[in-house]
Order: sequence, then C-alpha cells, then structure tokens
Amino acid sequence: MGEQYRADVLVSCLHDKAPDLMPALEEEVKRRGLEGEVRVVEAGCRGFCSMGPVILIEPEGVFYIGVEPADVPELVEETLVKGRVVERLTYREPATRKRVPYYDDLPFHGKQTRVVLRNCGLIDPMSIEEYIAVGGYQALAHALSEMKPEEVIEEVKASGLRGRGGAGFSTGRKWEAGRKAEGEPKYMLVNGDEGDPNCFMDRALMEADPHSILEGMIIGAYAVGAHEGYWYIPFEHTLSVRSVRNAIEQAREYGLLGEDILGSGFDFDVTLRLGAHSFVGGESTAIMHAIEGKASEPRPKHIHTTEVGLWGKPSCLNNVKTLNIVSEIINRGAEWYASIGTEKSKGTQVFSLAGKINNVGLVEVPMGTTVRELVFDVGGGIPKDRAFKALQIGGPSGGFLPEELLDMPMDYETLAEAGSMMGTGGVIIADDRTCVIDTARYFLGFLQKQSCGKCAPCREGVKRMLEIMTRITEGEGQMSDLDVLKTLGEVIKATSLCGLGKSAPNPVLSTLRYFRDEYVAHIEEGRCPAGVCKALITYQINAEACTGCGLCALKCPQEAISGEKKEPHVIDQEKCIKCGVCFDVCKFDAVTVR
Amino acid sequence: MPKLKSLDDLQALRQQLQKDIKARTDAATTITVGMGTCGIAAGAREVMHAILNELESRSIDAHVTTVGCIGMCSKEPLVDIQQSDEPRVTYGNISPEMVPRLIEEHLVKGNVVDEWVVGRVGGA
Repeated sequence: MGEQYRADVLVSCLHDKAPDLMPALEEEVKRRGLEGEVRVVEAGCRGFCSMGPVILIEPEGVFYIGVEPADVPELVEETLVKGRVVERLTYREPATRKRVPYYDDLPFHGKQTRVVLRNCGLIDPMSIEEYIAVGGYQALAHALSEMKPEEVIEEVKASGLRGRGGAGFSTGRKWEAGRKAEGEPKYMLVNGDEGDPNCFMDRALMEADPHSILEGMIIGAYAVGAHEGYWYIPFEHTLSVRSVRNAIEQAREYGLLGEDILGSGFDFDVTLRLGAHSFVGGESTAIMHAIEGKASEPRPKHIHTTEVGLWGKPSCLNNVKTLNIVSEIINRGAEWYASIGTEKSKGTQVFSLAGKINNVGLVEVPMGTTVRELVFDVGGGIPKDRAFKALQIGGPSGGFLPEELLDMPMDYETLAEAGSMMGTGGVIIADDRTCVIDTARYFLGFLQKQSCGKCAPCREGVKRMLEIMTRITEGEGQMSDLDVLKTLGEVIKATSLCGLGKSAPNPVLSTLRYFRDEYVAHIEEGRCPAGVCKALITYQINAEACTGCGLCALKCPQEAISGEKKEPHVIDQEKCIKCGVCFDVCKFDAVTVR
Repeated sequence: MPKLKSLDDLQALRQQLQKDIKARTDAATTITVGMGTCGIAAGAREVMHAILNELESRSIDAHVTTVGCIGMCSKEPLVDIQQSDEPRVTYGNISPEMVPRLIEEHLVKGNVVDEWVVGRVGGA
C-alpha cells in the first residue's frame, strides 16, 4: 500500500486470452528487472470487445489491441524499457487506415460519455483499495453522515434516474415507496440476472467494478430503511460471482458492511445468492421467488413488491447499473446528472453492440443519442461498408427500427413510440444481407423456449406466432397470416402476466410495421430479398464474372460445383444445400444469390 | 485491516491509497527519461530510480515516463521536465547524484538549473 509505480499495465478481456497474458507479462517484467517500477494490473472490461485482449499502459496512455502472450517480450522491451510504441499492436482506424497509438484518441472512446462504465478497465476489480483511491465509498460516507434518508431519496428523485433494468421506473419514487411501506424487516435487493442473450453490460459491470454497485446498494438500503440485502447472480457468471463475493468480503473487513457503518449507527449486510440463469429470471417477482429458493416464475403485480416482496416483506429491487449510478449522483449532485440526456430520460445508457457492426462491444452514450451516431460514430459503421438495414434494440423482445429512423434520438419514450423499447440496451445491427423476418423468427424461437409457461397468452400465443413465422420463412406463408400475426401479437401484449410476455411480440409487430414489403416478397413472390431464407433462394454462378479459379468447387461441402480450369463453373441445384460457402469465398463476386 | 469508523477515516485512507494509482491519474508534472540503448548504457535506469525515490520521499505529484533515443546520444542520460504550460526543459548528462538537487530546484523551488540545461521546447 502506498507504493508509487512509474507505469501501470492495465490488462482487460479476462474472458479471452488474458489469463495467459497476465502471467506472461508479470514474468517478463520480473525478468527485465522492472518489478517495483512497473505494475501489471488485472482490470475489467473496457467494452472494446472486438479488439481484445486489450492493454492500456499508463501514464503514457498507450493502447494495444489483440495482444498475444508471444507479443509480450517485444511489448515490454520497447514500451516499458525503452518508452517506444509498438506500431503493429496499435489500433488502426478502418476508414483512414491510420494508426491510433493513444487510448484517448480512439474515436470509439472519445465519442462516449462514461458514467456507469467510469471505472471499467481502469481499476482492479478485486481491490477495494483501488476503488477507494478513485473516490469510492465517499458518497456512502457523505450520505450516512450528512444526509437524512429522505434527503437521499429527494436527491435521487431530482436527478431523474430511471431503473436501468428495462422498465425505466423512477428510482427515487421506488425508494420512496419502499421507505413508506409498512412491515419489518425490509429488504434491499440487487438484480444481477441479466437475461437477454445479446447483453453483457451487467455482467461486465459486476466483473469490472463491483464496489460501485455495492456502494449504491448500501446507500439505497439506508434510504429505504433496510438492514438486510440479497444480491442475486446466476451461478454461470463465474467472474461476476468471484468479484462480487470478494467485494462483499472486503467491504465487511473495512467495516463498510455490518454494524454501525462508518460510525453512523446504521447497520446493513448483504447475502450473495446464486441461482440458475434464465431469461424470465430477471423479472422482479421471479427473482424474489428464486431468492426464496422457489422456481423463478413471475406473479401478478397488482400489489407492488415494494410493499409485498421477498418473503412477503417490503423489498426494493434495483438493477446493477441503477445502483452504480447512485454514488455518482450523491457525489456530483442531482443537477449534474439531470443535465445529461433528454427531458424525460436522464443520464446515459449503456448499449451492447452486436451483429453487423465494426466495434462489437459495450458503449455508453447520453440518452437521446441518435441511431446514426450510435451505429456510425461510436459503432464504427458496418463491416465491408454494406448498407444499413435495421437496428434491433431492447434485447430479444425489442423491435426493429428501419433506416428511415436513423436520425431518431433514442430514449425510453421515442423507442416505445417506434414500437421498440430501451430494455436493457441490447442492440443488434442488421445489414442488407440480414433477413429481418428470419431474425424475428429466431428471437421468437428464443422467447418461446424461455417462456416460463405460467400464463396462456405467452405460452400458447408465442408458440403459434413462431409456427406462422417459420411457415413464412419456409415459403409456405399466406397473406392472411399477416393479420393473424398482428391480432395474436396484440392479444399477447395486452393479456400476458409479466413484462416478458407483454414484449415478446415486438420483433414480429415491428417488422410487420416497417418491413411489410419483405413479408410480401416472402409470401407472394417466394423470394427472400436478403438471400437468407434457404427455401426461397438459389445460388448461381455468373459465367461472365467467373474466372474458373476453382476455389468454390474446392470449398463446397457437397461437391455440387463443377467446371474446367479457367472456364466458368456451375452449381448443381440438386446437390446444393444453400450453405453459402461459395458466396463467401468467391473473390470475384461471381456467385449470386436470389 | 482497521475498520473505518468515520468519513475522516475514509478520507485519510484514500489519500494514502491515491499513491497506488498515481500512474493512472492526471499530474501537472511529467518527468521523461531517455531510455534508448544509448540512455540505458549511460545509466538512465539508475537515474530514473533515483528520480522515483526522490519523488516518493518528498511526496511530489509527478508522472515519470520513458522515451526512446532522440538523437542526442552524447548527452545521455537525458531528463526532460514538463510542468503544465511551461516550456519542456531538457537536462543532459544527469547522474543519480544530481537528481536530488534537480528535483529540489526545479520542482520544489521552481528554478531551472541552467548549468545542466541542454535545450527547451515549446511552452505557452
């Protein structure tokens, strides 16, 4: 403690190859006699997932991507011993092909506003000392010593913070209801069950900065008057479990959990609860059932969980990102937070970008950022400069937004109006080679499998919708199916028990709204415009463009392609299984799909 | 570890811990040591260690970074000191024994040690 190092080497991407990278770096630093001078730190996710494993070297701010253990000797020799940048390990901007050696100059980094992800990748998540060094637990100390619980609630209310789990309910109002609820004991709960298949922000945050969430949780407990808390994490998220468990133990050792926290007289402690992971498991009542040891199924919510929740007692459940923001609001004030974002949606939102996008990863931007800014500025655009077709947002049950809405500012209200939702912020980008109908069918399949089966609209209705969607992608659809899909979707939305059923028809309803022509093409013309739905497409070789190189014939798993050397080749449609390998490997764009 | 009993305890601990992550926080002063082959051969590593020790013992807030050879090999070890908007001052032929005086004069008293200076760059 209290030892000054000349340089810190921050290694991210623990999921990837970093486990080998860490010992390799430590070994090399030792071999070069740089111990006590250079320190290797295991830091959390930086969000630049497509480029991992990434390394940031401070104080210079040199940033390396895709680092392999074999690169370590050169990296240490050049950068840490001689102070030179290793060009080949730096990020190259796809558009200009220019090298960007310093982290602060990356467009990916510069266009973000990092509130939730403020510490991610910058501190060691296993060290409470590093969190305290960057100002951690100051907000807790301030709240406990200088604010009444009601003042904390007022501050959070004034900030306009809305629950980041997806529903977007005012956090201040939830805490107020929790404070006013009668009954003892009261519980403070953390929802660490991130269910969306394409989302990884909650997991990344728990792994990279667990103390910020814990601090928010203790402040929340103080505000609502809870002395016991539970933190639920699916056991499969092993790195999250490791860092959260460690965080709770460290906080106890420093007296930040337990009796008489920081001499304030306030007592609070947390139990870590591990359970199975499921999509519906993140629903508020389902998670309370899971903490009680029951099957994680939702219940009707005419009585709020703030009054009757865990074990029938008043319970306040918050998402990890919501709690992470709380300490920043206390430290920097409600006004600061309310100054970011739009009129009704304050602050920032973390998005996980996936699909046809260059910068796959985690990004954070102010609420109200447009689709275009998210995709083309922060996201770095679409690979191979293909055309943007749609953006699907809000997890598997989010809706698709078409090109016409590229300039729409994204917040809770505009997204709901457009037939989608903010949800947890999962984003999938589709280009012109993505069939939105096939993608909607895929998500519906996921939702149908994940339905807990408790209520009929979701259990039966989503299954019927899936059958119809499958029929359409197989070329067996009828125009009347479109009306049935719409009616079914609306009924499911109106009558399902929980939010997951209520949102399940979104992928289909939104594509019906914005991509009706594609449905018509599938049904009436027997054609998949994106060239994806196998029953509706054929691969052919354009004789004029084909040079007869024979690569496609070599790669075809069915041996369906034949032809003489340097002569145009042909595909035997009888043998073709439409895998698309020939299309992908052809260097002359001679393979066409229709 | 001792339990934290108050806001003051926490703040005292934070002050102590801030040193640990010095390299990751902004500092008004950057000291740059030339670490090309020429610099290392002339003893730049020992000079850098002396600088680190001096900063630590005097609790001075500064980053220490390394750079490659800038071509003035005969004047190695070269040490540059840059403070906010001031010109970047380059000192040449620095030995570990010279470090305490360099830090004392330049960083503590704010006087450039003219006799050791080999050049100045920029400044607002």
